Amino acid sequence: MSEPIIRIEHLSRSFGTVKAIDDLSLEVPAGIVFGFLGPNGAGKSTTIHLLLGLLEPTQGQASVLGFDTRTQAEAIRVHSGALLEFAGLYDRMSAQDNLDLYGRIYRMPASARQARIKELLIHLGLWERRRDLVSTWSRGMKQKLAVARALFHHPPLVFLDEPTAGFDPVAAAALRDDLASLVAREGVTVFLNTHDLTEAEKLCAQVAVIRQGKLLAVGAPDELRGRLGGSHAEIVGDGFTEQMLTTLREQPEVIHAELLNNHLLIELRSESKISPLVSLLVHAGTSVEEVRRGKASLEEVFLTLMEEESK
Amino acid sequence: MSDLLTMMWKESKDLLFQRGWKAWILPVFLVGILGVFLPLQAGLQWLELSPIAIFAILWIPFFVIISFIGDAIAGERERHTLETLLASRISDRAILLGKVIVTVGYAWGMALVSLVLGLVLVNLFHGHGNWTFYHPFDLFLEVLVLNLLCCTLGASAGVLISLQSATVRQAQQILGVGTLVLIFAGVLALQALPADFISSLSYSQAMFLFIAVVAVLDVILLGLSLVSFKRSRLIMS
Repeated sequence: MSEPIIRIEHLSRSFGTVKAIDDLSLEVPAGIVFGFLGPNGAGKSTTIHLLLGLLEPTQGQASVLGFDTRTQAEAIRVHSGALLEFAGLYDRMSAQDNLDLYGRIYRMPASARQARIKELLIHLGLWERRRDLVSTWSRGMKQKLAVARALFHHPPLVFLDEPTAGFDPVAAAALRDDLASLVAREGVTVFLNTHDLTEAEKLCAQVAVIRQGKLLAVGAPDELRGRLGGSHAEIVGDGFTEQMLTTLREQPEVIHAELLNNHLLIELRSESKISPLVSLLVHAGTSVEEVRRGKASLEEVFLTLMEEESK
Repeated sequence: MSDLLTMMWKESKDLLFQRGWKAWILPVFLVGILGVFLPLQAGLQWLELSPIAIFAILWIPFFVIISFIGDAIAGERERHTLETLLASRISDRAILLGKVIVTVGYAWGMALVSLVLGLVLVNLFHGHGNWTFYHPFDLFLEVLVLNLLCCTLGASAGVLISLQSATVRQAQQILGVGTLVLIFAGVLALQALPADFISSLSYSQAMFLFIAVVAVLDVILLGLSLVSFKRSRLIMS
């Protein structure tokens, strides 16, 4: 297995008495979109600031692209791109000047800058408005431009801090599609902070869940669903009774069962089989017409983790 | 050096050339006063660089500094563009010096344009056939240097104030009041000096002394600005 592109070991960061990051250890493999999930105030943005060397950790250490965040922060910033919490575009400059600025900052030659501006703006459908001041653009267009800016100098690693936060579902989906196609085309590793679980599910090969600075879980979305979320079954039929429901709830493989308009919804422990439960129902006199199985969504996994942590 | 040039390119684009016609209101107004109105009112006396003329030449570029340096520092923070810049590879020093150089260059350049314009207009409308330059010439050079140093002083103080201000408006208000305080402090300091010491100085020597004081203040404030303008501190704020 190749070296992880980000390695975090027992990282902590406090602001006064508040522990924003608490003993975080994590490895991010190269070449994937890595989702960093957590509610507001979980410490996601602080983690990006620490990984970019913008903040010093209180304890622990981290390396990004093989560079130490404490002593080689400049090298990390040379080889990575970032879209932080705000788009950070210069409204009084045109789109092409905004990109050109970052090309100059990363010391790209003029011809390479011009070619890259054209390539990215055409890909994102923004080329026609390249000379307009960014202040005249919609929020979605600005955010696309900010993503293009983060990828402009061909970095092997990009940090994106909630790129679709505050967008309506249509705009968020469009930006997500653009992001996915750009990331696939550029072949970069993406460290994606988000609290949008649909986004994480669609884009990320691996996710980590964080709350109050503590890592709660890490793995591929499927793995987390299997490990933490169990699975679901929906049984459609007639003749369900309260007594039957009570019997079902007593079964060891059942986490939860409820009846909703002749639909019996059962939450199962992971890897549990549904057939013994269906037999039980049939023997009790139920007429079963349809059985559907499904895995827990990432949202359910996330909520389970949050609930467990609160307890 | 390349980073510094990049920042200067960005600052000149962002601050000076991309605001459309509105960007020209302030410079046209100030050059109108310093390069047209005052010289035509004073006539040939304008070229003799009286204390009042020198005060006007030093004072007016301060307006420009107050207007622009707050926007360049506190404004970037208010618009959340500074954070992205800090997340890039560009050095803190290049960011700061790029802003200071462009702002100072703009204000000083405006003073130079006004001096040239005043010279031409006075000679055209009040000249007696001979072309008269600012005189004495060494005083003229001292005024140019002092003007540059005063602009740098305003910019450095502006950086320090902007770093402590939450908004551009707050930075500009504090800078406006600070400028008045600075002038009154200067007058009081002058009054505190022994009268025989002041009377023993020539006009040119007094200017030289003034230049030395402002140069020392420049070094101190610019040094403090460089120390204060640090990534970790800016991200925290």
